[in-house]
Amino acid sequence: MSLSTSFTPGWSLAGGALIGLAAGLLLLCDGQVAGVSGILGRALTPRRGDFAWRVAFLVGLPLGAAMVSAVTGPLHGFEITHTLALLVGGGLLVGFGTSLGSGCTSGHGVCGLARGSGRSLAATLTFMASGALTVFVVRHWLGIS
Amino acid sequence: MQILGALVSGLLFGAGLFLSGMTNPAKVLGFLDVAGSWDPSLAFVMGGALGLNALAYAATRRRPRPLFAESFALPTLRDVDRELMAGAGLFGVGWGLVGLCPGPALANLSRGELPVCEFVAAMALGMLLRQAQRLYSVKVPG
Repeated sequence: MSLSTSFTPGWSLAGGALIGLAAGLLLLCDGQVAGVSGILGRALTPRRGDFAWRVAFLVGLPLGAAMVSAVTGPLHGFEITHTLALLVGGGLLVGFGTSLGSGCTSGHGVCGLARGSGRSLAATLTFMASGALTVFVVRHWLGIS
Repeated sequence: MQILGALVSGLLFGAGLFLSGMTNPAKVLGFLDVAGSWDPSLAFVMGGALGLNALAYAATRRRPRPLFAESFALPTLRDVDRELMAGAGLFGVGWGLVGLCPGPALANLSRGELPVCEFVAAMALGMLLRQAQRLYSVKVPG
């Protein structure tokens, strides 16, 4: 995997604004927080009357990405060269951690911070720090990827 | 209408993730790599998303109820507890190992590539494991 990607402030700001708009729309229409881990987690153990909207949102994610990529082409590229063990280990940690910590980048980082939630600020600072620390150890100490 | 609202929101969310660059794990790792060749792009994603969502929240909170649902389902917990901090810490480690968080991982399913499917399957299993552990700890206190 190449170690550097190019700085894309314009696309990133525009994409971020769309994400914020999407989260605002879900709150306005359905009264729900657009936290992807929570929407997925509670769709895995569904309750009556609280399932269809979750599936609709979750199906929209890959569809929306595919629709834009059909127009723009690859744009930012996609590089993932991890071994199966790393993918599974990382996936388990992301799934277990977001479930235990009641949210991920979207639920805490976008929605929680926009509401001024102290819990979300603490969570966001924590996963940013542990993410950066992990990358530091993996790349600069162990010299992998 | 509730389902349509969620679908449109998901479509916009996925489109935004792709446009922003969050769907490339290398770009996410580049953002987290503050000691290496740092790519600050994702701070702009956060800025754009937070800005628009804060405006939307300020406008929406004055409404008595959402357009297509009975009431708002906003989180009620207030305390910064051990579960929150431990969960966020573990999540960050997984995020830093692979460069995918839940939203981009699901959006990348559109690529139909095996590594993405493997990551998403493990992520779903991790969520179920936590839910199982929670049920167990409720039934068997201590």
